[in-house]
Amino acid sequence: MPTFPKKLLWVLLALAFLVPLLRPLFPEVVSDYRLFLVSTMIIAAIAVLGLNLLTGFNGQISLGHCAFYAVGAYTAAVLMDHLNMPYWATLPCAAVVCFIVGYLFGLPALRLEGHYLALATFALALAVPQILKYRWLEGLTGGVQGIVLSKPEVPFGLPLTEDQWLYYYCLIIMVVLYWAAANLLDSRSGRAMMAIRDQYMAADTMGIDTALYKTVTFGISAAYTGIAGALSASAIAFVAPDSFNIFLSIKFLIGLVVGGVGSLAGSVVGGIFYVLVDNSAQALSMFVKNDLGLQFDLSAYTVFGILLIVLMYTMPMGIVGGVYIALRRLRGVRG
Amino acid sequence: MEQFTQQVASGLASGAIYACVALALVMIYVSTDHINFAQGEMAMFSTYISWQLMSWGLSFWIAFIAAVAFSFVLGVIIERAILRPLHNAPVLSIVVVFIGLLAICNSVAGAIWSYLIKEFPTPFPKSSFGIAGVIGPHQLGVVMVTLIVLGLLFVFFRYTPLGLAMRAAAQNPQMARLVGVRVDWMLALGWGLAASVGAVAGIMVAHIVYLDPNMMGGILLYAFASALVGGISNPGGAVVGGFIVGVLENMVAFAGNQIEKATGVYIIGNGEKLTVALIIVITVLTVKPAGLFGRVVVKRV
Repeated sequence: MPTFPKKLLWVLLALAFLVPLLRPLFPEVVSDYRLFLVSTMIIAAIAVLGLNLLTGFNGQISLGHCAFYAVGAYTAAVLMDHLNMPYWATLPCAAVVCFIVGYLFGLPALRLEGHYLALATFALALAVPQILKYRWLEGLTGGVQGIVLSKPEVPFGLPLTEDQWLYYYCLIIMVVLYWAAANLLDSRSGRAMMAIRDQYMAADTMGIDTALYKTVTFGISAAYTGIAGALSASAIAFVAPDSFNIFLSIKFLIGLVVGGVGSLAGSVVGGIFYVLVDNSAQALSMFVKNDLGLQFDLSAYTVFGILLIVLMYTMPMGIVGGVYIALRRLRGVRG
Repeated sequence: MEQFTQQVASGLASGAIYACVALALVMIYVSTDHINFAQGEMAMFSTYISWQLMSWGLSFWIAFIAAVAFSFVLGVIIERAILRPLHNAPVLSIVVVFIGLLAICNSVAGAIWSYLIKEFPTPFPKSSFGIAGVIGPHQLGVVMVTLIVLGLLFVFFRYTPLGLAMRAAAQNPQMARLVGVRVDWMLALGWGLAASVGAVAGIMVAHIVYLDPNMMGGILLYAFASALVGGISNPGGAVVGGFIVGVLENMVAFAGNQIEKATGVYIIGNGEKLTVALIIVITVLTVKPAGLFGRVVVKRV
């Protein structure tokens, strides 16, 4: 499995921490808007990381991760709105709530595999916006209107703008979660997860508690995606039911497939990628309309859909995996 | 009581739609073991084609037939071009390709015809059709059209050599190939037929739910529920399941309404239709995956 060279990872991390500090020198390049955009990429990366833990490393397909993202976002939003909880304290709460929800959903999922699990989670994704609008929950969730929040404030009087702080906040959370995931996968439990993916029967025979591992993985995966949801709630300072639909799940899926199924570093690439495409779709659409002269409102999903299909043919390991294999071939390594 | 019969009748009308989409899903599932997540969006696309033809001045039924024929060709092309090469691919790849198709159909329809909700005409005359107080003219028309389509399909599969060959190709590809059936093309034809049946459902339901690129989401979910209730490996079961689920959907909303009237407590209503479908899907999948009429799959380990 392709892994990033460790040194490169450290260099990238150092750059990620230092670049925002260059703001006084290059105010146009390191603008608040750009930092905010990168923050949303980091959030996306965490969500895709969660999906990858389940699908990539444990072999359980989920099209319903928008549900866990929604649960995380709403947990954070409700806690901030009703209990005036500080934004940073909502993350562990969202993680716990999502872990429980994911674990519970993992129980029926134990009896399903392959297409059937995809079907059940697809059904979940379709029903999510409606569940969020349920009348009994309206007092908490604000119904169709959703909840308006305020952006995280800069703590300790640090000389940072709100967007700079948001960026660091998201980055630190991602580094911690990435480190935790890498360690989990490197442990006995991680090997058990992957054994279940590769050879269910053999794993079961070896004495791995497959049911426990599968449900707990579902929970952990949901917790990761839920944390991403909670982060996004504070970043955008708004939650509304209709944004958590099947198309959000499709974005996670494109992140997973582009980055590479079963690659941690790939999840980050995938998350960055889908936000990038999503944000440049407008420019792309203008290009198609003005420069090519076509009366066609190209949306990001056309690109996503075509990519999903093309990648399945050309690079089933994702772009990271594809580049890795290409590099190995160039160096003359076979197999 | 009158309300009750009305609810049952309108449940049968939506059940007819679910039955069509569920049948399309089952036709593909039986022959390839794939669950077509793009079935609803494909039907939506065909519905837009018929709308476009009508806006160019064609009459309803001509546009209907043209759109159904277009869907058939589209289905065959999708099977031959996109799914055939992935025949032995892992489940995840196939699911991803279907989701890709879903995204493409949805966004291309939005790009061509915009996301604005459009009205869709009904071909059934108001005055002479329907039974006053029980079922409206369009609903009765929907039930009749879908029953005719289902009847034609039944006759096709049961009594024509081509239908027999298709069933053989689905049930036992190796044996079918040995007796000279071109299994590849049978699968493609099956895809075409499934797309056509889906198109019929889309065109019939568009008058009720209005035309927009996201119109089939809920219907697809109910079609999944129908196919599962009937047994996802049984075409007849899918049709029966469609009617059962259609009536059940309306009964649940009706019961919720009555409870609210009697006690003033809101439990469930029209706003929870998709949640009901989700519960049906998960319950059937976990408790009785074979559904009512499905084959119990026994795996040798």
